[in-house]
Amino acid sequence: MRTLLDAADTASGIAQMARQIAGRHGGTADLILIGVRRGGIPVMQALAQQLERSEQRHIKTGSVDITLYRDDVATALPNPRMGASEIPYDINGKRVLLVDDVAHTRRTTRAALDAILDYGRPRVIEFAVLIDRDGGELPIQPDYRVLQATNIAFNERIDVITTPAGLSAVVQLVSSPSIPPHYA
Amino acid sequence: MTAERHLLSTATLPLDRALQILDGAQAFLEVGQRPVKKVPALRGKTIINLFFESSTRTRTSFELAGKRLSADVVNVSASGSSTSKGETLKDTVATLDAMHPDVVVVRHASSGAAQYLANRTEAAIVNAGDGTHEHPTQALLDAFTIRRHKGLDFKKLTVAICGDILHSRVARSNIHLLTKLGAKVRLSAPRTLLPIGIEELGCQVYDRLEPALEGVDVVMMLRIQRERLGGTYLPTLREYAREFGLNQVRLNLAKPDAIVMHPGPMNRGVEIADDVVEGERSVVLDQVEAGVAVRMSVLYLYSGTLPQAD
Repeated sequence: MRTLLDAADTASGIAQMARQIAGRHGGTADLILIGVRRGGIPVMQALAQQLERSEQRHIKTGSVDITLYRDDVATALPNPRMGASEIPYDINGKRVLLVDDVAHTRRTTRAALDAILDYGRPRVIEFAVLIDRDGGELPIQPDYRVLQATNIAFNERIDVITTPAGLSAVVQLVSSPSIPPHYA
Repeated sequence: MTAERHLLSTATLPLDRALQILDGAQAFLEVGQRPVKKVPALRGKTIINLFFESSTRTRTSFELAGKRLSADVVNVSASGSSTSKGETLKDTVATLDAMHPDVVVVRHASSGAAQYLANRTEAAIVNAGDGTHEHPTQALLDAFTIRRHKGLDFKKLTVAICGDILHSRVARSNIHLLTKLGAKVRLSAPRTLLPIGIEELGCQVYDRLEPALEGVDVVMMLRIQRERLGGTYLPTLREYAREFGLNQVRLNLAKPDAIVMHPGPMNRGVEIADDVVEGERSVVLDQVEAGVAVRMSVLYLYSGTLPQAD
């Protein structure tokens, strides 16, 4: 196991990301942060807290569950754990920021975009991740990232874990890689 | 294997699968409250609703559930189908099976019809009521409704099921599921409408309504099935309403926060009084809402998209 980002790296990276977000698309007035369940939620919360501190305003947040939008139900886990999406705000005409922990194949991101569009028609949807891992299978790129991770082997997985000091990102070997070798 | 691939009864439904259906329904309830009430989960799947008995709410509920999952849903009802031209159930099933549906939802007047189909088809069979045997999705939606009002711990709950237990597949499915989930179940009906030996399913049996209602958390009233009554079961409906109808006075015997359920369609003024139906403790419409969510969960989990756990 090796560490890509420790808690201090994550905190400063998220602070910088918050500045970029506030500087684009006319500020944070109509911003809604939506975390991808379940890995994206702690990152989304950390980012929302940072934005609330720096912008001195309440930031609206929600979550999206992609289980029902997957393109691989046939090969997915036998016992899916469905969670409900929670988007308690009208997103029509708003600036939606989709937040996840790791962007890898982008298939999760595609599913999350479809799910969000079933709730309305935002003015713009942007995408922020803690770790942007290569190996994309769809033409989707994050607008904001803390770290671009290259040279991650196909049998390694990036996990974002919550520690007492904050969020950190680690690389671990996995016995059964989630994607076949030819994609790596 | 049959118990895994098909949903035929709550008696054969494993507890973990029941909980999975109920947990999943929570997510599907949210889908029904969105502006776009549709998810792409079952895109390309075919569901046939095969109804040999008339039904409005169950068929509509299954149809909506399938459509909200983006499946293609076909309704086949007995009147106007080849059944009325003399085709046997076996041939109807063989014909439908040749069209490769993923799920067949079946309702039939004969107990065991769903099992009969399950033995003869590639599709997953979901029992939507077979004779006086079982109606598992009704019990699941009832359990889901109870969860929403009373929380997840059924071990501290007592449920009274009152009315025509003898003819009721809803009662049978509920007895099996509720006891499996840990609730205490009481049954109340005139002796003529209580099957012999029903207490062996683990319930307390009362031949009067009042003692059965004392201190319960949930009152579940059943419809008097006039079409199944031959005349020897009850002297008159009026007498039944007087002795076994749920009115406000009798409801006061239950816990102050008890909820009142009815699978519908209701005979107002027979098994349940008007003011109880309209009263604040009635959760009848919650049951209908839960019906779509629970059936979405069932169709999603049984449609064959998921590999079977070994």
